[in-house]
Amino acid sequence: MTTVIEQIQISATVNGEKVTRLIEPRLSLVDFLRNELELTGTHVGCEHGVCGACTVRVNGEIVRGCLMLAVQAGGTEIMTIEGESDGGEIADLQKAFHERNAAQCGFCTPGLIMTTTELLKTNPDPNRAEIREYLSGNYCRCTGYEAIVDAIETVATERKGG
Amino acid sequence: MKPSAFNYAKPSSVDEVLGLLSEYGDEATILAGGQSLVPTMNMRLSAPSLVIDINGLAELSGISSNGESLRIGALTRHVEIENSSEIAEHAPLITMAMPSIAHPAIRNRGTMGGSIAMADPAAEMPACLCALGAEIEITGGSGARKVAATDFFKGLYDTDLGGDEIITAIEIPKISAGYCSAFDELARRHGDYAMCGAAAHAKVDGLVISDLRLVFFAVGGTPVVAAAVGSAMADQTVDEISIAAAQHAVEDDLSPFDDLQCSATLRMHYAKELTKRILNTLVAG
Amino acid sequence: MADMIKDHILDRPNSYIGKTIPRPNAKRLLSGRGTFTDDVKLLRMTHVAFLRSTYAHAEIVSIDASAAKESNGVVAVVTGAEMAEVCSPWVGVLSHLEGLKSAPQHALAVKKASWQGEPVVAVVANTRAQAEDAIELVEIEWKELPVVTDMETALDADTPLIHPELGDNLAWRRELDVGDVDGAYANADHVIEETYISNRHTGVCLETRGILADYNPGEDQLTIYHSTQAPHMMQSLFAKHLDIEEHKIRVICKDVGGSYGIKVHSYPDEYATVALAYMLKRPVKFTADRLESFTSDIHARDHRIKTKIAVSNEGEIQAFEIDDLTGIGPYSVYPRTSGIEANQVVNLTGGQYLNPNYRAMATVVLQNKSPMCQYRAVGHPILTMITEGMVDDAARKIGMDPLEIRRKNLVPDDAYPYTAPSGLPFENLSHQASLEKLVKMMDYDGLRKDQAEAREQGIYRGIGLATFIEVTNPGPAFYGVGGAPISAQDGATMRLDAKGNVIVEIGVTEQGQGAEAVVAQCAATALGVTMDKIKVIAGDTDITPYGGGTWGSRAAGIGGEAAVQAGKALRQNIVEVAGIMLQSDPSTLDIRDNKIVDLADGKERIELSEVGRVCYYRPDTLPKDYQSELVVTRHYVPKQFPFAFTNGVQGCYLEVDTNTGFIDFKKFCVVEDCGTVINPQLVDEQVRGGVIQGLGGALLEECLYSPEGQLLNGTMADYLVPMAAEMPDIEVGHVESPTLDSELGAKGAGEAGTGGAPAVVMNAINDALNPLGGKVTVQPFTPERILQAIGKI
Repeated sequence: MTTVIEQIQISATVNGEKVTRLIEPRLSLVDFLRNELELTGTHVGCEHGVCGACTVRVNGEIVRGCLMLAVQAGGTEIMTIEGESDGGEIADLQKAFHERNAAQCGFCTPGLIMTTTELLKTNPDPNRAEIREYLSGNYCRCTGYEAIVDAIETVATERKGG
Repeated sequence: MKPSAFNYAKPSSVDEVLGLLSEYGDEATILAGGQSLVPTMNMRLSAPSLVIDINGLAELSGISSNGESLRIGALTRHVEIENSSEIAEHAPLITMAMPSIAHPAIRNRGTMGGSIAMADPAAEMPACLCALGAEIEITGGSGARKVAATDFFKGLYDTDLGGDEIITAIEIPKISAGYCSAFDELARRHGDYAMCGAAAHAKVDGLVISDLRLVFFAVGGTPVVAAAVGSAMADQTVDEISIAAAQHAVEDDLSPFDDLQCSATLRMHYAKELTKRILNTLVAG
Repeated sequence: MADMIKDHILDRPNSYIGKTIPRPNAKRLLSGRGTFTDDVKLLRMTHVAFLRSTYAHAEIVSIDASAAKESNGVVAVVTGAEMAEVCSPWVGVLSHLEGLKSAPQHALAVKKASWQGEPVVAVVANTRAQAEDAIELVEIEWKELPVVTDMETALDADTPLIHPELGDNLAWRRELDVGDVDGAYANADHVIEETYISNRHTGVCLETRGILADYNPGEDQLTIYHSTQAPHMMQSLFAKHLDIEEHKIRVICKDVGGSYGIKVHSYPDEYATVALAYMLKRPVKFTADRLESFTSDIHARDHRIKTKIAVSNEGEIQAFEIDDLTGIGPYSVYPRTSGIEANQVVNLTGGQYLNPNYRAMATVVLQNKSPMCQYRAVGHPILTMITEGMVDDAARKIGMDPLEIRRKNLVPDDAYPYTAPSGLPFENLSHQASLEKLVKMMDYDGLRKDQAEAREQGIYRGIGLATFIEVTNPGPAFYGVGGAPISAQDGATMRLDAKGNVIVEIGVTEQGQGAEAVVAQCAATALGVTMDKIKVIAGDTDITPYGGGTWGSRAAGIGGEAAVQAGKALRQNIVEVAGIMLQSDPSTLDIRDNKIVDLADGKERIELSEVGRVCYYRPDTLPKDYQSELVVTRHYVPKQFPFAFTNGVQGCYLEVDTNTGFIDFKKFCVVEDCGTVINPQLVDEQVRGGVIQGLGGALLEECLYSPEGQLLNGTMADYLVPMAAEMPDIEVGHVESPTLDSELGAKGAGEAGTGGAPAVVMNAINDALNPLGGKVTVQPFTPERILQAIGKI
């Protein structure tokens, strides 16, 4: 424990905004977003990469925010639920989740929405089994998943023009 | 559940990585995709004083074709491998296995080299590489060396990788004409580590199989090459009788273990079930 | 006052009752703007982490915290002895569970630790990481004590005692013997015995437990942000054990990331966090991490039940007998106690069937594992599994179809009110109507045909049925009569503002189930305004009416009725003013769509906002002897029946892969009778989510312990919860038998899905395995257990 731990300055673009912070190397990306940037829409559920609550997009791809160090995010573009929501790109997903009651306690919801954005990008016309498989790394204790699958199906249908 | 404090280095060359490894020894750890390492650090099951992040080494990333073989850089992400048409064409076993590895967000970060170095006995890639006769390229202070995948995995989480070396690439022989691959696993939930899994590669002519390399995973400390099954199925027509013989041979190949998810007995039962499935899949085209 | 209003809530024009309305409060959650406890940040905030016992049972010989105190960022290190000076211990007993005993429990273990995960030392630091760093520097000398883990031997003479002062490891025993069970056995054609096991599992709320406490010595005020289901209960408990007056404690409960009963208990680490804030006079936050959640959240459902059913050749059920053994950990959990789960099993097993002969024994023992207590559907998954398991045991024995034996023995719908052998009164249940509706929904006969055809091809499919009873809308009989500070009644305060908007403050709380939405629907309907005019505030003891919070499927039935009565009373007050303003008889006026209208024809008179404007800004235009009252509070507590029992039935059709033991759901249907349905979508989603939670316990979840009392699978990689890929879609249907105890008639719906799911899956698996001579009785029904049952391994 005699090692001197050096703090590191990182800069990243988060939800379109350039941010710079001096951080400990051990800080996870999700703790960086929540504690340093006060973007608390991204949640912490397990801190070992299983539950999916901390899912955010880094350079366009979804990642587990608890399994990436904040220092690794230096120079990247990060999108969180707040940015996606304010930008309006997920308005149809939010509407469908709302109308179908696909969020109950809502703690898993930001992670699920982030995962869904990637699903619909890589597979715009998924069947129910494909939706379920893509979401299989995002834990939801409340809904039992069916409403979430329904909502995503609705959006996929709408996006391809009904 | 926060990791112990550590210092962080992000080298820009393999030589620099090797220099740090020789300087820090066991105190240092390599961070590739982080999907297995970071959970252990968060739980303080590992507490390195230096984390060497190799994600800046572009030369370790990417898939290329060299005549008879494919070269996959150690830092190549699972997602890139999953979506690669070259892999699908020349090493279809890898493509088949990819969707079984965890979940999309994990595959976006996890790397081929990382899963090989981790050597989890229930992981898919080590078994696939053994089935395909792949070689692991390891670089150390005295240069690069190649080790057959079957020699690389030495025991539970134990590999041929020295403390001052890193994996730089994986080389997979391209599939030959007349050969087929099959992959299957039994997991409680999609993306979980399997209770038992199998990867296979064989020459297939109609219903006749030869040169079968069947490799089980999650049944021992390392991927297990089912040599007895391979012998039993040499130049055999796949039918009820040969399948039964192959299932019988599984008992010679495996001595599975009990763990939290299931018993050794169930693993043996599953290995036999997978043997049947795999053989049927191979000859189904 | 209510008598003055003749109209019935279910007859209101423009009613929102029975309509699917998306939850107004869900939008913040969908945009990442919720406020969960860990999201709250206060000035000078510190973080606490707990050193937890790594032993299941060990004496604390000495603690050396000197190095930890010097560690970077550390504010305080507090041991059990130091904590005990601030926070008094508690004993988790209730007087109506006669004979229940437990030992004094401390916020931090004082002399010994009694389970792996019990908090022992608290470290407060500027960051959680720093607190964890310092924990590694605390040195404790432990002396290991013999452990008690196996509940089967917990009462043996040579088993060590966990709390020697109690005299034995028996926490509680309840026996019941009604009718003539032995006579029934003597006359029965068949008496079938079986042993069922429900293994221990836990809640795994995605948001772990969390609490943030701040003490302001200048005001002598404690402010506590808490992820809890019962803010007023927690206020009362913190006050009692810190010796502070209740009104000086404010518990604020904003968004809660899942609770399911896990967050309705009081936890040692939460008392410790509040005490630390009080000691340090600054904010202290505790957010449980996932690993400590597995050993410090309550567990549930660890039961071994020996069953006996007597049946005639004609299929008449003649007796039920059960012997339930359950291990609850080292302490009965405070304040609800750990006797309730077994009590429910005794109270309700077999309660849906016409049978006068019932004998039950429940034995509740102590053990060195994590404490067990009430978790969603308390006791029901167990009692439904054994009841419906026994009924299928009987049907198989006499070769009767499981549907027929149920049709023959269910208490007829026209027999209510009906009193179960245990003495519990059921107001109005609809087992027959629900069963017949389910039979149609799932096409029972068609499935039997498909099953027969599949078997010809060596494919094993099975149909399961599970009828159930569910306790909801609990009155004081549940906890209050036993001495727990848990309000049975709840209130709603409604306030008309000057612009015609309505603020509703409620004692029940939102956990994501939609309490705020259904309260808004009830309030809007009763008052006569549109939903957009309503704002609901919940979860703040300084603001809302005193209440019990959310548990026992009570928020809609009790909180909704309070809102109905408040809305009607406020409408009365408003039309009184409007009558003066319009020079009309108030009894000829009504409120519809935010307007004062003529009751007779709905003709618009004035806007509601005009009433608000006059009352607040121009009361000088009203008569001098008249004072308007635009705020009302009404309360509700069920009085005619101790609980509003609900019922329903689940049906499932599944295929068992007899080579792998994996199961594949083909169809899953539920018919639920929760009385008046306020919001059909929210009810359906409670049922669906509840079923999947029940399937978790039925198929996947199990807390695995070593003989030494070590939890072996305390990570989310090893403890398997239901994920999207394996879970079925579920069809939900309704029968509505409103309770006459309230005007609204709503019963609870939050737990029924969970209560029935294990039974229906077990019965379907066993129906599939029956031709192979196999049967599973140990939950979770894993592939391994299924293959063992049919002799494949």
